[in-house]
Amino acid sequence: MASSSTPQYNSNTLENSSTKRTLKDGTNWEQNEEIPRLPGETRVTDKDVIYMCPFNGPVKGRVYITNYRLYLRSVENDPVVILNVPLGVISRIEKMGGASSRGENSYGLDITCKDMRNLRFALKQEGHSRRDIFEVLTKYAFPQSHNLLFFAFLNEEKFSENGWMVYNPMSEYRRQGLPNERWRVTFINEHYGLCDTYPSLLVVPYNATDDDLKKVAAFRSRNRIPVLSWIHPETQAVIMRCSQPLVGMSGKRNKDDERYLDIIREANGQISKLTIYDARPNVNAVANKATGGGYEGEDAYPNAELFFLDIHNIHVMRESLKKLKDIVYPNVEESHWLSSLESTHWLEHIKLVLTGAIQVADKVSSGRSSVLVHCSDGWDRTAQLTSLAMLMLDSYYRTIEGFEVLVQKEWISFGHKFASRIGHGDKNHADADRSPIFLQFIDCVWQMSKQFPTAFEFNEQFLITILDHLYSCRFGTFLYNSEFLREKEKVTEKTLSLWSLINSEKSKYTNPFYSKELNRALYPVASMRHLELWVNYYIRWNPRIRQQQPNPVEQRYMELLALRDDYIRRLEELQITNNSKISNSSASSTSPSQMVSQVQTHF
Amino acid sequence: EIHIKEPIEKEVNPRLLPGELLLCEASTVYKYIQEDGSNRGTYGKLVCTNFKISFLDDDSASDDNEPQFKNKIVGENDITLQCVDQIYGVYDEKKKLLTGQLRKYPEKLIIYCKDLRVFNFCLRYTKEEEVKRIVSGIVHHSQTPKLLKRLFLFSYASAAPNNTDGRNQTVMFESLEDWRDELERTKGNVKYKAVTTNEGYRVSEKLPLYFVVPICISEESILKYEGRGIPIWCWSCHNGAALLKMSSFPKEQDDSTSQMQKAFLDGIYKTISKPPYELLKMDDLSSSLPSLQDIQTAYTRFKQLFLIDNSTDFWATDVKWFSLLESTNWLEIIRRVLKKAIEVAECLEIQHTNVLLIEESATDLCCVISSLVQVMMDSYSRTKSGFQSLIQKEWVIGGHGFLDRCNHLHKSEKEEAPVFLLLLNCVWQLVQQYPPAFEFTETYLTVLSDSLYVPIFSTFFFNSQHQRDTNKSGESLKTQGGPFRFLTVWDWSVQFDPKAQAFLNNPLYAEKPKPDKSQRKTARFKHQRQLSLPLTQAKPSTRRGFFREETDHLIKNILGKRIGKFINSSDEPPNSLREFYDSWHSKPVDYHGLLLPRIDGPEIKVWAQRYLRWIPEAQLHGGGTIATAAKILDLMEEVQSLQVKMDEEHSQAVSGDVHSVPMLRNSARLSSLFPFALLQRQSVKPALPTSTWKDLEDEDDLVKRDDEFVDLSGDML
Repeated sequence: MASSSTPQYNSNTLENSSTKRTLKDGTNWEQNEEIPRLPGETRVTDKDVIYMCPFNGPVKGRVYITNYRLYLRSVENDPVVILNVPLGVISRIEKMGGASSRGENSYGLDITCKDMRNLRFALKQEGHSRRDIFEVLTKYAFPQSHNLLFFAFLNEEKFSENGWMVYNPMSEYRRQGLPNERWRVTFINEHYGLCDTYPSLLVVPYNATDDDLKKVAAFRSRNRIPVLSWIHPETQAVIMRCSQPLVGMSGKRNKDDERYLDIIREANGQISKLTIYDARPNVNAVANKATGGGYEGEDAYPNAELFFLDIHNIHVMRESLKKLKDIVYPNVEESHWLSSLESTHWLEHIKLVLTGAIQVADKVSSGRSSVLVHCSDGWDRTAQLTSLAMLMLDSYYRTIEGFEVLVQKEWISFGHKFASRIGHGDKNHADADRSPIFLQFIDCVWQMSKQFPTAFEFNEQFLITILDHLYSCRFGTFLYNSEFLREKEKVTEKTLSLWSLINSEKSKYTNPFYSKELNRALYPVASMRHLELWVNYYIRWNPRIRQQQPNPVEQRYMELLALRDDYIRRLEELQITNNSKISNSSASSTSPSQMVSQVQTHF
Repeated sequence: EIHIKEPIEKEVNPRLLPGELLLCEASTVYKYIQEDGSNRGTYGKLVCTNFKISFLDDDSASDDNEPQFKNKIVGENDITLQCVDQIYGVYDEKKKLLTGQLRKYPEKLIIYCKDLRVFNFCLRYTKEEEVKRIVSGIVHHSQTPKLLKRLFLFSYASAAPNNTDGRNQTVMFESLEDWRDELERTKGNVKYKAVTTNEGYRVSEKLPLYFVVPICISEESILKYEGRGIPIWCWSCHNGAALLKMSSFPKEQDDSTSQMQKAFLDGIYKTISKPPYELLKMDDLSSSLPSLQDIQTAYTRFKQLFLIDNSTDFWATDVKWFSLLESTNWLEIIRRVLKKAIEVAECLEIQHTNVLLIEESATDLCCVISSLVQVMMDSYSRTKSGFQSLIQKEWVIGGHGFLDRCNHLHKSEKEEAPVFLLLLNCVWQLVQQYPPAFEFTETYLTVLSDSLYVPIFSTFFFNSQHQRDTNKSGESLKTQGGPFRFLTVWDWSVQFDPKAQAFLNNPLYAEKPKPDKSQRKTARFKHQRQLSLPLTQAKPSTRRGFFREETDHLIKNILGKRIGKFINSSDEPPNSLREFYDSWHSKPVDYHGLLLPRIDGPEIKVWAQRYLRWIPEAQLHGGGTIATAAKILDLMEEVQSLQVKMDEEHSQAVSGDVHSVPMLRNSARLSSLFPFALLQRQSVKPALPTSTWKDLEDEDDLVKRDDEFVDLSGDML
């Protein structure tokens, strides 16, 4: 897949859309074309419309629909107004007004997007002009509902890097020093026979046989047995993940499960108890018994200590984001911003998720105790907690590639149901399975990077790009619910990975302030005093809110870096010429230091 | 060696400044480290002098751990008497405010400071006699009314040997020359003049010795009402429009008096609104901005949120943090003040009108708005010396009543209002929104705010130039060398050594490119201004008539209580301000041009460095803005040493043995509280919230649902 040719379309144009900006010259498309196109992208239709911009008022323009995007270019404005929206972000398309509607611009389409904005287009009323554009949009925005392929399967882009090579489970476990005498790799799930939402390769205690695993699977929701996510290089304490035990109303017990947890506890030679973090609020865990689930009771697991982390379910999170959108789009709530923000509970949820992850990380690191994390099914809150704890404990995951591995491992391979949570290509916008769990995780990562601006190799743009392509369907990375399904659809063969795009242009996503620090636990402060709304993501469509890009501090630092490199280069040149002239001059290796206050920047 | 936890009787003496006298002391006082609510701490001596309250640690041997950023005057365990906000005594676990006479002496003493530190002292092991003396001493010297002459300022000035006069380029505005230079710098000298009318304080004791008025104003009118009703010049914009302020007349019962005042004002307005003067817009700040009372109330509530007793307190308030913040109204006041400054800037810059700020004394909100407008519009005010000169001009000489507003003498709480702090909070918003535009850092603003409570500088300890002058001229008996020589706060070397002063300078400051190096030295005042906005044409004269009518109408009301908002009055399109704001923000920022603060809800932030710096729970190990700042400083240093090397290579000179001292080693390990708090935890234990989840009132049905409603019992084998 790697190709020597330079990537033809390298810009993620999403961040440009909807703001008043003309296209940069970087995006080259054929001279005679009006719109940018990716290789494999085909034009479907176009039409004159009025874009009802919530910030600048009605904009006359022409909208072009391809099998990948909706593209609008204004015809009268200066500077030109451009909208460049991948159809994948569309959640819902509604007709507004009828053929007989009165009032200017009252007839048209209202498009709800998954990325915190709405788009409104007014059309001419005569001749049912919106019927065909509505149909085309519906068809290509929701290919799954129309027996069409995702654009990712049609995308013919070429990149210098192959993102599918980034994650190899075996080498990731080897990096962690696994397998070792206490932990083994099992292929029991090679054909997804044990658990169809788990990856094929799993790490389990050496002392547990494959037969044991099968018995345990019977007692864990959707057969998601406890398996290893991460091992602490010093304490040998581990982070395990799984789903809830099937305790039920009658309080069933399972000897195999109980013994298995004991094996886990003993695997790092500890005498203390195994710590179980149930991500749910206590009451929800209890309520789950009614449907056959539950939690590890004290009687059955005397060697375990159970804590509830009080993180709410996917429905609560979905509602919270909806409320957040209400106060930031299209207009930012003016009069009572802070209390409005509080009433969305969005940051409160972030705080709880971070708090839970800190507890997990701290237990493994300073508590030297192995930890088992689960929620109900172990693919939402569990993924958040394990991946954030790993990010706090292992500096590798704070690099660009390491983070890609982390997402690939804890989220994609362990069956976070991206297809259901995002609703890729699915017209059922009200599906109760949709929930911004992954967004919430990325927000937590952003909060951490904000609190520790030198600890992450990647920058904010990296996180925003990931979120943009979480919806865009341009890459196969986030498609489908499980590794099993992805393999069935031959995703790695037929689509491109998002990491190909990113890794081909790493400098764009690199944080200049990054200082590499090995093995330092990084604990964010999960206090509202430090948590902030991620304005550059949630309110990015609003031109009134800060859009100082690039960040001036970052920019000046880059200038300084360039200056330093320039000096070093010139110094080397000088030294070469000087040395050839005079051979006996003894160059000093250090130089006088003046106070920093006297440094003048010469540019 | 044996380390015993028992209190050790050891002679530790306080470090006293010249003129500082030890008033009372108590030993075996136990100071809690307010770290984790555990009772860990140290024994020591608690002393009170005529300058400070000080805790002297019994094992103060750890001098090798000298912090990089240290105040030479006020140490880590020093509290100046003026810095004490409130003192509480703890009696049987109950907190009680200590003010005047005490009948019973507490077991514990909690001192809340104006710089937001909180000290907890346990007196249980101290002799009863000493407890009595120290508690009543501290309460008496820090909380009861005081005579001006009893301020430490005076003892210090008479005892300290001939202080060096380090003005570091700050214009003090004490001389006529300073005002003339300022007029020339801003090209205001065509229409405005510096006057000497107030020499000997003939006009008013509230006005400075020298000030600037429109050329057409006669000496007679200045004298008529003690300077009231006279437009006093603050600053001129590049386009000639000027910012003026005026002290209004108090509401007059007597009809004939008010008639006369009305006629007087009428005359003044007539004079200054005809050519060559620009159109005049007025803004009565006492009606268009929150009152001083509102500001005081808001700040009192706001600061309370940061005076945290312990960890439990911290997490308990964390749950409702945003609504608590909002209910203080402090951020909203900052927003309104910034908005007002934008309005004024729009009038000056776009509408090309003069703006007259009106307030009863013209020394409170007038100072805030005029300073802010200058910070936004005049890049000179964003340099360190420019900002200091601005504070001198508008506040110190301008006659802001620091003594009363800070209630330094505990005379009247009614007069207290954090007006100057309000300005610093507003400037901070700009500093954090546009880091490259300021020569100074937020740390500079923080230490400046702390300096409000350090009574060795005269800067913030007088109500007016007159008060300072009359008290300075040593009718005092003990001075042998004539008048007192007070220090100015702008001599930063008094408080900080050069290494610490480096933290006040912004390494990111985008210095103005200077066209010619040779001009540098002479160009101290001559700042060319670049515009970030194209100048719109001066308003057509057709509006003049209309405006005149409006003015007349306003003059009719000027003596009444309500004057209304003249800025943004009905003749303007309502959206002109919005348009100005939006259009400025849609363009790239020119750090040397006009700077407008962003004032949407999410953009107004809490000044974390000032308010969170002493709270251990809020500490980020290896994080915070200091982490990037440290990296920038390191890189600057590297670049600088490369420059030196280059020069050496060029000249081929062999340099002597020199060593470089990196400023901030191991920056990743610095705490976000740096450079202030020294209370780094030993362990790297994360701070964990102890508060509980509050109910999601309205979402009960959702909360109870499961993620996916599938009956798992059916799945079982």
